[in-house]
Amino acid sequence: MTKAITVSGLHKSFGKTHALDGLDLDVETGEVHGFLGPNGAGKSTTIRVLLGLLRADSGATQVLGRDPWADAVELHRHLAYVPGDVELWPNLTGGEAIDLLSRLRGGINKQRRDELIERFDLDPTKKGRAYSKGNRQKVAIVAALASDAELLLLDEPTAGLDPLMEVVFQDVIFEAKAAGKTVLLSSHILAQVEKLADRVSIIRLGQIVQSGTLSEMRHLTRTTIEAETERPATGLDGLPGVHDVQTDDGRVRFAVDGSRLDGAVRKLIEFGIRSLVSHPPTLEELMLRHYGDELAANGNSKSHSTGTTEADGAVR
Amino acid sequence: MTTATVTKAPAPTGAVAGGNALAGTRTLIRFNLRRDRVRLPVWILALFLGTIATASNYKELYADPEDRANVVETMDSPAGLAMSGPRHYLDDYNFGSMLGHQMLGFMAVLVGLMSVLIITRHTRTEEETNRAELVRSTVVGRHAHLAAALSVAVLANLVLALLLAFGLSGMGIEGIDTGGSLLYGFAHAAVGIVFAAVAAVTVQITAHARGASGMALAVIGVAYVLRAAGDVGSNGALSWLSPIGWVQRTYVYVDNRWWPLLLCLVLAVLCAAAGFALSTRRDVGAGLRASRLGSPVASEALTRPFGFALRLHRGVLIGFGAGLFLMGVMYGSILGDAEDMLGDIDELQEALDRIGGANVAESFAAMVLVVITVVAVVYVVMAALRPRSEETAGRAEPLLATGLSRARWVGSHLAVAMTGGTFLLLMAGLGFGISGAASTGDGGLFLKLVGAALAYAPALWVTAGVAVVFFGWFPRASAAAWIVPVYAFVVGYLGQILQFPDWMNNLSPLGHVPQLPAADMNWTPLLLLTLIAAGLTWLGIEGFRRRDLETK
Repeated sequence: MTKAITVSGLHKSFGKTHALDGLDLDVETGEVHGFLGPNGAGKSTTIRVLLGLLRADSGATQVLGRDPWADAVELHRHLAYVPGDVELWPNLTGGEAIDLLSRLRGGINKQRRDELIERFDLDPTKKGRAYSKGNRQKVAIVAALASDAELLLLDEPTAGLDPLMEVVFQDVIFEAKAAGKTVLLSSHILAQVEKLADRVSIIRLGQIVQSGTLSEMRHLTRTTIEAETERPATGLDGLPGVHDVQTDDGRVRFAVDGSRLDGAVRKLIEFGIRSLVSHPPTLEELMLRHYGDELAANGNSKSHSTGTTEADGAVR
Repeated sequence: MTTATVTKAPAPTGAVAGGNALAGTRTLIRFNLRRDRVRLPVWILALFLGTIATASNYKELYADPEDRANVVETMDSPAGLAMSGPRHYLDDYNFGSMLGHQMLGFMAVLVGLMSVLIITRHTRTEEETNRAELVRSTVVGRHAHLAAALSVAVLANLVLALLLAFGLSGMGIEGIDTGGSLLYGFAHAAVGIVFAAVAAVTVQITAHARGASGMALAVIGVAYVLRAAGDVGSNGALSWLSPIGWVQRTYVYVDNRWWPLLLCLVLAVLCAAAGFALSTRRDVGAGLRASRLGSPVASEALTRPFGFALRLHRGVLIGFGAGLFLMGVMYGSILGDAEDMLGDIDELQEALDRIGGANVAESFAAMVLVVITVVAVVYVVMAALRPRSEETAGRAEPLLATGLSRARWVGSHLAVAMTGGTFLLLMAGLGFGISGAASTGDGGLFLKLVGAALAYAPALWVTAGVAVVFFGWFPRASAAAWIVPVYAFVVGYLGQILQFPDWMNNLSPLGHVPQLPAADMNWTPLLLLTLIAAGLTWLGIEGFRRRDLETK
């Protein structure tokens, strides 16, 4: 597979702030790539460098085989971008803004545009200032998806969308993927990335801390097992890779490292399994693993903060 | 017990409801003063020091009574009266009456500008950016924002008034006494407060800060043109329609009449009351009229960069075009008066003939065109800085992520600024030419005046070039491009009265344009200005292509 985006050793500072600190990123052609990280980690800065809107201090960047700073305009004809915070022209209607952005990109598929407006339930006759945040977001999404771009750069595209529209968005992204488009989806909504992304990169303080498919990543973390056994399960604590064992009247709950799962389940069989539930690690746990030290430093223990909002809040 | 609670309950609610509308005003005043802790002192000090410098300049320029007699002769002409004030000041032209005559009308415009900007900044801009919504969700009354903004404007004007009163009377210049200085200071405050109150109305009408301050500035412009027309014309009736005319008719340092300031006070109270009343008829963040629905699809022209830029500039351009046309018509209508006024004084006519071979009407026209061009320059700076406001508002980002190059994007706005500025000159020239030719009965004047107005176009292009250089290389200092119209106004206008040295005039792009129709046409400076404009534009765009786009 060819790569749609390759980034290596990217640095970008704003005054004294090092927004990007040696970032590496690879996105294969035709995949949906999740780009995860809390607020302020450098997601938007990375995307703006990929668009040639910001000039990197150092590092090599290639998007669709081009240098985004030198070749911005030619590159932009092949990609579409949805910013996280869409600002529209107050005296232009949503429909006009969609046409403007799409035609400046090099053409619009009228039928697809109308279909998307219909599916997203958008009123294209309203003026920019009359739209709510979610509706402004829809305008940018429709403009991006109505074009024939081969690469979609989406920077927290669904911020402000209601759950129904979130579902429509997911369908549309699946269609884009089926049509062979490449998608870079930055987000801190884990459920969304979990559903859509083939591969995920986690960014923290301007660096990619982990990158891979979800199954690869899960392998690196712990699975949670809850079981009901005929006889009280004992001796699990002593096994390598088993953590946080809690027993309660014939029920047992523990976490086990991905590589030690086999041994733990064998041991459990000895006590006669009545029921067994295993939770694969969620992205939240993956994220917490990378931000856990910061959370701890801020006085939150892992068990308390499972929500994304808390994880974000603690890093801020 | 129950009855007691029932009867007691409405009392506090009533009291709260009464105080409600203004709740939080005091906090907002302090907050506004904190936000303007640099801006306001700079404004006030600049206005104060400008006046002090002018007054002390008089002492050197016109030390001899003979010099003063000369300046009376210059001033007692249509051009002189149009850019200063009513003729009555000339009867006894000492330093005091000179200050009242030459500076008051000019300063009224600047004080008005300061007041309008204070009001829009603290009301409509706050609403447009949704900050007002956040503030209003706390314990802050419906009228608190406007009340606080007006209080700050009144305060600023009063501080300026006191500074002027004490500063001028302390200078010990002959003719500038304490009583007169007090009136002089409060005349500034009165006219400033009137225009603050006017802005309190205009911020209710439109949902955009730009439009609101534009409308209020147009009112200032109309007030100025009315007084100019009234002071030149045979009867001063038109001047009595203008607050600037009112304060000039205090005849400060001559008669020291205080009562015209009462007119200002009454108008200010009426306008402010209208502002408060109108604000209850609209929603937070909205204008008086609900925004209409528009076209669901973009026209072919809108999706081209130039067409799109034109769409964004359209409203402002039409407003300026109509304003400048009317301004031209008004000045043109007094062109005939100007001719009559001095036509029968043979000696003066001969003197004028010797100087430039021009007649009175033509030299008056040349002066008017400087004023008209300064207004067009204001538009050009606004338009040329539009890319900057689009950038900081976050609207440039999605555009530049399409197949639109940076150079084409900035270029489209510059093209609108430059052709738009030229269009404005044409409109002003048409208005001036039509009514000028009619009032003087000289049909040949029409083409002369239109041509004279268009000769200023290269100076406008240079201004746009200066703005784009700031935008490209020093984006955070973009507002510095406003120096061009301010400097051009001060030099082109005051410079004629205060006799600035030539090099100061040469620094203004307007200073190089031949003063048609009074002077002869000279193509060389126009060609050079055009080349400079092209060079500056290229430089600015190159700068923008090399820098980071500023994002939200």
